[in-house]
Amino acid sequence: MTAEVSLARGRASALSSLLWKAVKLLTTVAVTIIGLLLVTFLISHVIAVDPVLAVVGDRASQSTYDKMFLEMGLDKPLWQQFWVYLEKVLSGNFGNSFLTKKPVIDDLARAFPATLELATVGILIGTLAGVPLGILSAVKAGKLPDQIVRVLGLVGYSAPIFWLGLLGLLVFYAKLGWVAGPGRIDIAYEYSISPATGLLLLDSAMQGQWEAFGNAFSHIILPATLLGYYSMAYISRMTRSFMLAELAQEYVTTARVKGVPEWRIIWVHALRNAAVPLVTVVALSYAGLLEGSVLTETIFAWPGLGMYLTNSLQVADMNAVLGGTLLIGVIFVGLNLLSDLLYVLLDPRVRRRA
Amino acid sequence: MISREWLLTDQPGSRRQARYGQAFRTWLSLRSNRLAMVGFWIIAALIGIAIFAPWIAPYDPVVGGDLRLDRLIGPSWDHLMGTDDQARDIFSRVVYGARLTLLVVALVAVIATPIGLAVGTTAGYFGGWVDVVLMRITDIFLAFPRLILALAFASALGPGIENAIIAIAITSWPPYARLARAETLTIRETDYINAIRLQGASSPRIIWGHVVPLCLSSVIVRVTLDMAGIILTAAGLGFLGLGAQPPQPEWGAMIAAGRRFIIDFWWVATMPGIAIFIVSLGFNLLGDGLRDALDPKGRK
Repeated sequence: MTAEVSLARGRASALSSLLWKAVKLLTTVAVTIIGLLLVTFLISHVIAVDPVLAVVGDRASQSTYDKMFLEMGLDKPLWQQFWVYLEKVLSGNFGNSFLTKKPVIDDLARAFPATLELATVGILIGTLAGVPLGILSAVKAGKLPDQIVRVLGLVGYSAPIFWLGLLGLLVFYAKLGWVAGPGRIDIAYEYSISPATGLLLLDSAMQGQWEAFGNAFSHIILPATLLGYYSMAYISRMTRSFMLAELAQEYVTTARVKGVPEWRIIWVHALRNAAVPLVTVVALSYAGLLEGSVLTETIFAWPGLGMYLTNSLQVADMNAVLGGTLLIGVIFVGLNLLSDLLYVLLDPRVRRRA
Repeated sequence: MISREWLLTDQPGSRRQARYGQAFRTWLSLRSNRLAMVGFWIIAALIGIAIFAPWIAPYDPVVGGDLRLDRLIGPSWDHLMGTDDQARDIFSRVVYGARLTLLVVALVAVIATPIGLAVGTTAGYFGGWVDVVLMRITDIFLAFPRLILALAFASALGPGIENAIIAIAITSWPPYARLARAETLTIRETDYINAIRLQGASSPRIIWGHVVPLCLSSVIVRVTLDMAGIILTAAGLGFLGLGAQPPQPEWGAMIAAGRRFIIDFWWVATMPGIAIFIVSLGFNLLGDGLRDALDPKGRK
């Protein structure tokens, strides 16, 4: 009886502490997002050489300029301007794009699936290659395979991604013809797939259009491999250090003494423990791919967020640039949050403490 | 007077001797690391090339040759890396580009390191709400991917190498602040800091004179490790047209210029890329080596 009561009380307090944690976490996220808004606000309203010019263009007449100046509320005090900006952005109004003449939010919604698809295939490649390579180099620490993986990683850390992309296009598209060139899909297939998720690979597979699927695949494979390579460099490095830490633990010695086969120790015992921090690493490099995608998309004419951003940059279209920056920042925060939550879900030690 | 024995003595007679001795030990440990030395020599070569650019480069980096005869020539003995569409010698441009690259790296380090140190040590030393506010600001800056934030800043400031440097510096300091704060937290409660405090030293004096010097070495290692990233970000901005403006021989911008005819004239975009790759590899190797040499804990 008493045991039951104390158990129930324990559960209740665990629940309330979990709730408290959630509230704290949400506050942090909210503060960070307001901070992101403040930064983009400062960039557009304070740092920008002439925010009005950025909107109306340099060929606008003086009266248009003055009208816009008042319309943008630039005569009001800064905090009022920020308030107006907050209200606008939180209701999904990022203004119109100077380049496409459409609301920035619509442009972003159209560009996002392309980036999502590219980054997802990229992270799949990066994880599937990076984790085994990291394990290999931890098991063979200091030997030749370890050195090779290390050099592969160093090249990934040191080479400019846009340059590798250009060389990749030159070799695999222009010279060897193994993959399709820039763009997401050939024009011939462009309108045959009815958009459902916006992810071409998924849409074409669901509609059974295997030819279009193959075409989309040969378009995505090179940029995705490139992005995957960069995340592989990071993932393999982290896998190596997590695995080294696990393999030095006493439970590994115990397992060895018991006669557990080495592959089982590595792939089952050690990897399961290393997997928890690895999830965080994968989530973080998924966010990092968003950054890599800006330059990669430019090279491969991939119609995603990155290309939208760079195209808008060329014409100093600040609404579009800041909308894109903000979206990427929010996704970044979201992925960080997700990795924290996954950590709690996957690690029983953290879960119990929570 | 400066001999090996003097440097490696167990009982240094002066602060200066102790300091030099420490630096010499770091150097010895660095020198035994072959990869780190490769990195060291790459950076040394970069600095040498930047200083002696006018004597090394056979042609003018900005004014090209005869547009009818010298355009887009492949690599040869006359033009080691070929010529570009303006009939300029690419090798000479790459050599002069070393100056711009060094300028960017040095200025970003000079701007970002003090900001990071100031924010981090202040937050760590005072704690409480100062800490909360400063670290929240740091987190907000960390919440943007670096290149994207730099892009937004650079596009607001307008294109140009100075603005690119400012944009990269603004986006580089948060990790240094985090690091400096963590170091400060371990230093804050030590006896000698308490002793100075009891003597009546002011907070700025304690932070500047006693906390910052102790944080400096780990922050410097971190900055060295970051330099490759700074170079890549600068090249990325240059590639997108936001960094150095033509006809300045900036490596990223040179790749962008060669992009249009990569299929027929591969060398125009390839050569500057090799330069970026080698230099950032050098900084990565040197940074790794410095970390191992200065942080015995991380060594296995």
